[in-house]
Amino acid sequence: MTDGATALGAAKPGETAFTPPVQQGEAILEVRDLVKHFPLTKGVIIKKPVGAVKAVDGVSFDLVKGETLGIVGESGCGKSTLAKVLMNLEPATAGSVRYKGEEISTLSGPALKAVRRNIQMVFQDPYTSLNPRMTVGDIIGEPFQIHPEVAPKGDRRKAVQDLLDVVGLNPEYINRYPHQFSGGQRQRIGIARGLALRPEIIICDEPVSALDVSVQAQVINLLDQLQKEFNLSYMFIAHDLSIVRHISDRVGVMYLGRLVEIGSDLEIYEHATHPYTQALLSAVPLPDPAAREARDRIVLVGDVPSPANPPSGCRFRTRCWKAQDRCATEVPLLVSPSWLGGLAGHDSACHFAAERESGPSAAERGAEGGAEPGNGVDGGSAAPPEEGQG
Amino acid sequence: MSSSMSSSTSASSRSAEAGQDTVDSHDAPLLEVRGLHVEFHTREGVAKAVNGVDYAVRAGETLAILGESGSGKSVSAQAVMGILDSPPGKIASGEILFKGRDLLKLGSEERRKIRGAQMAMVFQDALSSLNPVHTVGMQLGEMYRVHRGLSRKDAKAKAIEMMDRVRIPAAAQRVGDYPHQFSGGMRQRIMIAMALALEPALIIADEPTTALDVTVQAQVMDLLAELQAEYHMGLILITHDLGVVADVADKIAVMYAGRIVETAPVHELYAHPAHPYTRGLLDSIPRLDQKGQELYAIKGLPPNLLRIPPGCAFNPRCPRAQDICRTTVPPLFEVTDDAGVTAPGRASACHFWKETLHD
Repeated sequence: MTDGATALGAAKPGETAFTPPVQQGEAILEVRDLVKHFPLTKGVIIKKPVGAVKAVDGVSFDLVKGETLGIVGESGCGKSTLAKVLMNLEPATAGSVRYKGEEISTLSGPALKAVRRNIQMVFQDPYTSLNPRMTVGDIIGEPFQIHPEVAPKGDRRKAVQDLLDVVGLNPEYINRYPHQFSGGQRQRIGIARGLALRPEIIICDEPVSALDVSVQAQVINLLDQLQKEFNLSYMFIAHDLSIVRHISDRVGVMYLGRLVEIGSDLEIYEHATHPYTQALLSAVPLPDPAAREARDRIVLVGDVPSPANPPSGCRFRTRCWKAQDRCATEVPLLVSPSWLGGLAGHDSACHFAAERESGPSAAERGAEGGAEPGNGVDGGSAAPPEEGQG
Repeated sequence: MSSSMSSSTSASSRSAEAGQDTVDSHDAPLLEVRGLHVEFHTREGVAKAVNGVDYAVRAGETLAILGESGSGKSVSAQAVMGILDSPPGKIASGEILFKGRDLLKLGSEERRKIRGAQMAMVFQDALSSLNPVHTVGMQLGEMYRVHRGLSRKDAKAKAIEMMDRVRIPAAAQRVGDYPHQFSGGMRQRIMIAMALALEPALIIADEPTTALDVTVQAQVMDLLAELQAEYHMGLILITHDLGVVADVADKIAVMYAGRIVETAPVHELYAHPAHPYTRGLLDSIPRLDQKGQELYAIKGLPPNLLRIPPGCAFNPRCPRAQDICRTTVPPLFEVTDDAGVTAPGRASACHFWKETLHD
């Protein structure tokens, strides 16, 4: 393990495309108002645009050097599209992605290639993301062919063996094929490939969801250990909230192409103020029957609306028990609500952001109709919005 | 402990009050699997997918079978349903008693009559289990047309009724829609409607919520539990997710490498596991107080079914393994409490279950 670490850690300063070093705690990736629309067309020969699937619709956040940012959300919320746009695998429709201050969403050619070296990805499915006809050595060594400056030709085999050692695989397996490995081992191969170019950022898209429970923990531990060893910044996309909490320093919650809430793990998990986050947290299957009975579950009605035709105003309003007229007309901004303080005072895109006191019920929803705590944001008095209880 | 007691009594009272109409629910189990062995004959050799599994389900009861991929949980369910791919699959030995009759002794025509009408299955992936070129109304109605001989019109009316039952909004308008027009959660509801259509006595749900999002998962599990109580069915819930089973199951059987390694009422299993594998699974779930620490991980990998280790199949991964574990296959020991009283429904296939329990 140690010699693997030194072999990898020996990146010469002049090698990286962007030399200005980013200090610990500074933003290494700044994402502003990122938009990705997939056009919907009608007609076979003459394709007439009839709309767009708004997969990512105005997402802004910073990824800080050395941190793990977890992104959670249900399928279709745009979290995987977000990863692809950040990697520039899909061109962004609008918005900006800055890596160490440089705009990368519009790059192409050699400049893009150079940036991609520093942002790597680990994919969800270790069965389909490894070429079955290539040996493990070829798979992990392929990045070196694209970026020969990282490992000279003669050293590649040694470099690959070091990588195998780093991710906890036997270096002698270099000539084996992916089918000779189990799912957990394949994911280690995927991680080794992601590490090969000594990137600074690794985007992990559901890295453990295809693995068995007993193997998930092994891979999570590996990711954790590699982060410490190589000072990596992770963007960790997953739908499993307990795993995200374990590994993340900060967590962002996505719903229908937008970030609805973002904050430290404590702020999100213990002091969530957005109703969607609260519902999501309360629906997590807890492996402890006693705790399950004690908690107050919010069962959301209905399904996620289509991203081709999202609701006006707040996108969550169609399933939200706090929804008022204002939610249909005014898009809530992702800002820290002025009426909240302490750990509840983090960015939350809700007009009525408040910590949860107890579960909502239909009766409360009806009774709440009269109260209009709408002046919370602009009113200087910062009157706290009334909870459903009140 | 008090909470665990109250919930187990509520579960049994629920089955008792719903069980008035059925005569045999008190004594004989609805389904009893005894000594089931299933093998797959492959080019590399014989893969022993199920190696001697016993379990029983009563009417109104929910049995969860928990295991990782390759543990034999789905294969044993397929054997019960009679939908095992054979060849290569083969039921080597065992009995599957359904309402007292051994299904393995019945002809294929007789089993066909039982399947769907008496026992039905809900599959994991609703999109690939539904036929994409027929409307859901037709697929639902087919159950009634084939098994009950209803006319097209009556079958459609029944299909709408079933869609209503599983709370699909605007069922009458949506009966002519195709599977792709429904969301994942709605499709799974249709699968449940199809399984329930002929009011079977037993439902086998194979990972029914694995493909769904957490907020939808909760809706579907609630629906399944509700309908089960309403129809007083036996339910076998197959899953790999320790969280999903926690509040719907009455009892849990944990499978590893084709064997049941532990059975227990749900609360006891989570509170005091008596098998190192169960314990390892529970410990490897991230918990709040472990933030920033290394997660507990069961070392190694599940065994290759072509070469199951001698003795206890879990011994190469077990922190407690001794010589006896490498030579002697542990039978399912009855688990007793400190006073030596047998805990009802508890068993563990570990030579050191006592030590594991008290750890």
